[in-house]
Amino acid sequence: MAPPERKSILLSFEKPLVELEARIAQIRELAEENDVDVSAQLRQLEARATHLRQEIFSNLTPAQRLQVARHPRRPSTLDYIQAITDDWLELHGDRGSGKDDPALVGGVARLEGRPVVILGHQKGRDTKDNVVRNFGMASPGGYRKAMRLMRHADRFSMPIITFIDTPGAYPGYEAEEMGQGEAIAYNLREMFGLTVPIVCTIIGEGGSGGALGIGVGDRLMMFEHSVYTVASPEACAAILWKDAGRSGEAAEALKITSWDLKQLGILDELLPEPVGGAHANPIQAADILKQALMEQITELSQLAPATLQQLRYQKYRQIGVFAEAA
Amino acid sequence: MSLFDWFANRRKSGPISEDRQEREIADGLWTKCEHCDVLTYTKDLRTNQWVCSDCGHHHRIFSDERIRQLIDANTWQPLDVHIQPQDPLKFKDRKGYGDRLRDTQAKTKLTDAVQTGLGTLDGLPVALGVMDFRFMGGSMGSVVGEKLTRMIERGTATSRPVIIVCASGGARMQEGMLSLMQMAKISGALQQHQAAKLLYMPVLTHPTTGGVTASFAMLGDIILAEPKATIGFAGRRVVEQTLREKLPDNFQTAEYLRDHGFVDAIVPRTQLKQTLAQLIRLHQPVAAPAVVDNHTPWANGLNAAEPTHIGVDL
Repeated sequence: MAPPERKSILLSFEKPLVELEARIAQIRELAEENDVDVSAQLRQLEARATHLRQEIFSNLTPAQRLQVARHPRRPSTLDYIQAITDDWLELHGDRGSGKDDPALVGGVARLEGRPVVILGHQKGRDTKDNVVRNFGMASPGGYRKAMRLMRHADRFSMPIITFIDTPGAYPGYEAEEMGQGEAIAYNLREMFGLTVPIVCTIIGEGGSGGALGIGVGDRLMMFEHSVYTVASPEACAAILWKDAGRSGEAAEALKITSWDLKQLGILDELLPEPVGGAHANPIQAADILKQALMEQITELSQLAPATLQQLRYQKYRQIGVFAEAA
Repeated sequence: MSLFDWFANRRKSGPISEDRQEREIADGLWTKCEHCDVLTYTKDLRTNQWVCSDCGHHHRIFSDERIRQLIDANTWQPLDVHIQPQDPLKFKDRKGYGDRLRDTQAKTKLTDAVQTGLGTLDGLPVALGVMDFRFMGGSMGSVVGEKLTRMIERGTATSRPVIIVCASGGARMQEGMLSLMQMAKISGALQQHQAAKLLYMPVLTHPTTGGVTASFAMLGDIILAEPKATIGFAGRRVVEQTLREKLPDNFQTAEYLRDHGFVDAIVPRTQLKQTLAQLIRLHQPVAAPAVVDNHTPWANGLNAAEPTHIGVDL
């Protein structure tokens, strides 16, 4: 049975589904009280619910997908790390800024016996946790910690796995003062120079430069309902439409869904989600992720470091749409 | 015609277009400084590279003028002038992106927001990219990404220093994620240029923000900036909203970035060319002595055929 607080984080388009589920629960309760066998009807209703869920989630608009990607119960970086690794130790600190960034976590782990470095943005599970995690908006120190861990991986020939889930890099006073732009830029360039496989996955929200700051890799994977945006639809609407309220239109126009990115030649692998989204069945989502990671890493590990670097450059080199007249 | 009619007509004719304003600056005999209000003979202002001789205010200049100021006469070879922007997302906000591109091209006579090319700067071969703020706020889409990447690759292949004069609001939203990916693409090209031990110097001019700051603007071996230029990652308004308080006036200025260790030097426009040339020369290996002089006292006892350690094999 659903915990009571689930109602408060219900997405608007899930309403018919929840109504149906409530009816099922009601019938089951009544049947138990009156000792009537309604199992046939229940099975029918449950099948309808599954069908409805499938239908709703396969027809989501980009703005609705954004809601799923930002769902407070969507599995986070640390959730996935716990689910997929055999061994894991979080490592803190960028060795410079004098402050650890809880919005970007990372460490050493073992994935099916293979040592790897995993890092990613960390959102909070509730408001209090989100304040600590700064809503997954990393500071320059977070990006520098990420680079320090990636260098560590490079030194010990460990593949790098990054999980992206951020509304964007933190746009705060201190972040600017500490060189937010420089921290991200530095990672973009240096990730091209690393000699170990890098697999990046958008597990939730891929927000602009803050996502890209740990997002240059040999493979880019993305969960079905995740989004990846050049600017948040809200910001885009405020700038281009002069009306932040029109973010739905902006979400549509910006082409932010996994299918859009596949079409634009940016995404390598689209990971299907359990029906109802990753938050409906986190264990299954983690299995899908682990399977895909294992396949990618196994494949990439066979390449020589120089080949890896060269292919990584080629991957980004060909992104862009323009015409060239002779 | 009554005064009222005159106003009505004037309103009908619409606001003065950017085009006309520019022409007025170009043709006008006198130009008023937008900072100190002092009138300067336009010819003198141009000779002074559009820097007010009274208050030092740097008027905004565009790519053609910048190239003229930096590159030696008759040495500029533009690269990839035939690359044209497209509308891959069929993007439409208040106006279709395709129409916006056509209109901007007609108005600016530019194909997109950057000009790239090869040339000599004070006799030194360089690869140069100059962003142009007139073209949709200097925003970076596929064309800007591709032209800069090719220019950097050309610089790497010909062992030239790369200079990029930045002026941009960031990634171009109308091309969505393709724009964001240009940040990575250009940074990758710079990684190869760096691996070849070549010098890269961005020049940050007003304004340099967003995705440009979070990529090639901040990746210089040496980062120069024009006085008072706005340089930052997040927009000032966004930061103020996050913080819910007013920011100091100098926040995100070139001077602020220098004081916080993110810009190496602030260089007035009138000294930019000579400073760039000076820096390139300072990074050139010491030339091998043309003749080995056996008569100098320190050469005694040394085999002339062996290299001396005066930077010859750098």
